[in-house]
Amino acid sequence: MFMPKLIMIIFFLSGSVQANDETYQALGAPIDQTISHPELNLTIFPDGTGLPEGSGSVAQGKQLFNRLCISCHGQGGRGGSAMALTGDIGSLNSAYPEKTVNSFWPYATTLFDYIRRSMPPSAPFSLSSNEIYALCAYVLSQDAILDENAVLDKTTLPQVKMPNRDGFLPR
Amino acid sequence: MEKHHKSRRQFLQHSALSGVAMMTSLPILASELTKNKVSTLSSSMLKPGGEFSNYGTPSPYEKEVIRWISANSDVPGNGVSWTPLHELQGTITPNGLHYERHHNGVPDINPDTHNVVIDGLVDKPLNFSIHHLLRYPQHSRICFIECGGNSNENYKTSPSQASAGYAHGLVSNAEWTGVPLALLLNEAGIQSSAKWVIAEGADAGALNVSIPIDKLLDDGLLALYQNGERLRPENGYPVRLIVPGWEGIVNVKWLRQLKLSASPAMTRDETSQYTDLQPDGKAQQFSFEMQVKSLITSPSVGMTLPDNPGTYQVTGLAWSGIGKISRVEVSADGGQTWQDALLQEPILDKAFTRFSIAWQWHGQYAILQSRATDESGQIQPTREVLIANRGKYSYYHYNAIISWEVDELGDIHHVYA
Ligand code: HEC
Repeated sequence: MFMPKLIMIIFFLSGSVQANDETYQALGAPIDQTISHPELNLTIFPDGTGLPEGSGSVAQGKQLFNRLCISCHGQGGRGGSAMALTGDIGSLNSAYPEKTVNSFWPYATTLFDYIRRSMPPSAPFSLSSNEIYALCAYVLSQDAILDENAVLDKTTLPQVKMPNRDGFLPR
Repeated sequence: MEKHHKSRRQFLQHSALSGVAMMTSLPILASELTKNKVSTLSSSMLKPGGEFSNYGTPSPYEKEVIRWISANSDVPGNGVSWTPLHELQGTITPNGLHYERHHNGVPDINPDTHNVVIDGLVDKPLNFSIHHLLRYPQHSRICFIECGGNSNENYKTSPSQASAGYAHGLVSNAEWTGVPLALLLNEAGIQSSAKWVIAEGADAGALNVSIPIDKLLDDGLLALYQNGERLRPENGYPVRLIVPGWEGIVNVKWLRQLKLSASPAMTRDETSQYTDLQPDGKAQQFSFEMQVKSLITSPSVGMTLPDNPGTYQVTGLAWSGIGKISRVEVSADGGQTWQDALLQEPILDKAFTRFSIAWQWHGQYAILQSRATDESGQIQPTREVLIANRGKYSYYHYNAIISWEVDELGDIHHVYA
């Protein structure tokens, strides 16, 4: 298992010189630029980088939501055993601030990123891209961030302006 | 008499445990041989003891020293478990008691097939197997990890009466061993436009967060070992990130990928969560460093002082995500007067420091508090100041002074003072 090169290094060390670049073996295996590996591009950036092909409408999203999400997030995403996803826009500086996707999240791309990797909890990565676009459209339509006829895809999702886009103070 | 039993177990009110303590210390008569002598011997001396074990577990008499689990009713793998800080001494958290925060359960990962990929803005994307990572020079450091949401019950209007660890124990301290990230990032070749690293886990939720690359180059560690043994599954087996002093969420467990990028990804766990909402409706983002904090672990809420008058060792933990602890003061009068506590050596950077001070109690009403200062000069604020500065809905990064009220009977409660 140990390569001759290592043995050489041991001799080298016993020669008592310190040379960092020679005291260990670089073992990372080079791989192709990973752009062509979808499983290594799961993260979606606010500019839409990483978003897949496909599209989904509010109407499709409503059906999916009522089938897959309502049990924990409640009717229209207003909250249940898991947090509310919708409602409470404008509440952040009030006496009872509520942080929902629609009231708090700065970017709609995060919704696609998070639903794909995490929801529903019993089956992460089980939804198709079309279904995820549809669910995003439905959630956003609940507070009129999108209208009832909206369709989302990789061009339109990053263009959605969230109500609290400017609400964050990065360090 | 009843109060006397409590003292056998750090003043705790577990009647079952006091019963056990009495049984084992009860002297029994030995054999005919010793009968004529005055001495009596404990039963453990009169028969052979138990067997060897391949992997040791705590004494059965310690079975109440456990993590406290609090999880979502519909998603049992989403929640936390708290380190019982009030039951522990020293500074190193035993591996079975390190706090947990999982978003969707503890994944079962075979190290033979697990890899960590470094890609994005690098010259050479690289893939590291666990077996290869184990052959790199291993670096060890002791540091705490604290969940950004630790102690957040204290933002609420009425003080929780949970045991100290079960309200403040989303923080633990361990020796982590692994490969310095600088080594691996440099092996891949960092491009000059790379400012952030998107770290992703292999859990059922593929948790992802963005971390400034400078911090990872400074002291980030790809940890493979925890207190000398390979990571526990619930702490990221087979490999996790250690980002010393920074909030727990960025110490990504079950690490599968580090993608270098020019800007942060604005993931759910750095926007929706772990940001500090201010009264004006704006939220502080990327508030990574855990601020200076301390906690008296004993005597603490839920305990009763057994002797009046009595001398007690007031002891606890202090830590700071900015550096070393330079001073811990203790007050018995709700912060009117303070005395310096003794700090146990070694005092390490971004690690637990144990403090202690003797205290004479003679039945007086008291409010015990500790106040830590770190080497940068930061002093732990009072709750009043913290809430005045940050509001009631900040939710994260709570580091205010914690107050234990001792009443005339010696019973201890959590109060806001
Ligand atoms: C079994 C219960 C359950 C189901 C079903 C479920 N969720 Fe969730 N969801 C949760 C829990 C619990 C969380 C919080 C997770 C955490 O904090 O790690 C969550 C979080 C979220 C969030 C992040 C909210 C925030 O403010 O950070 C979104 C968005 C979301 N779910 C969308 C969905 C969608 C869309 C579906 C249907 C496809 C769905 N969920 C189905 C339990 C559920």
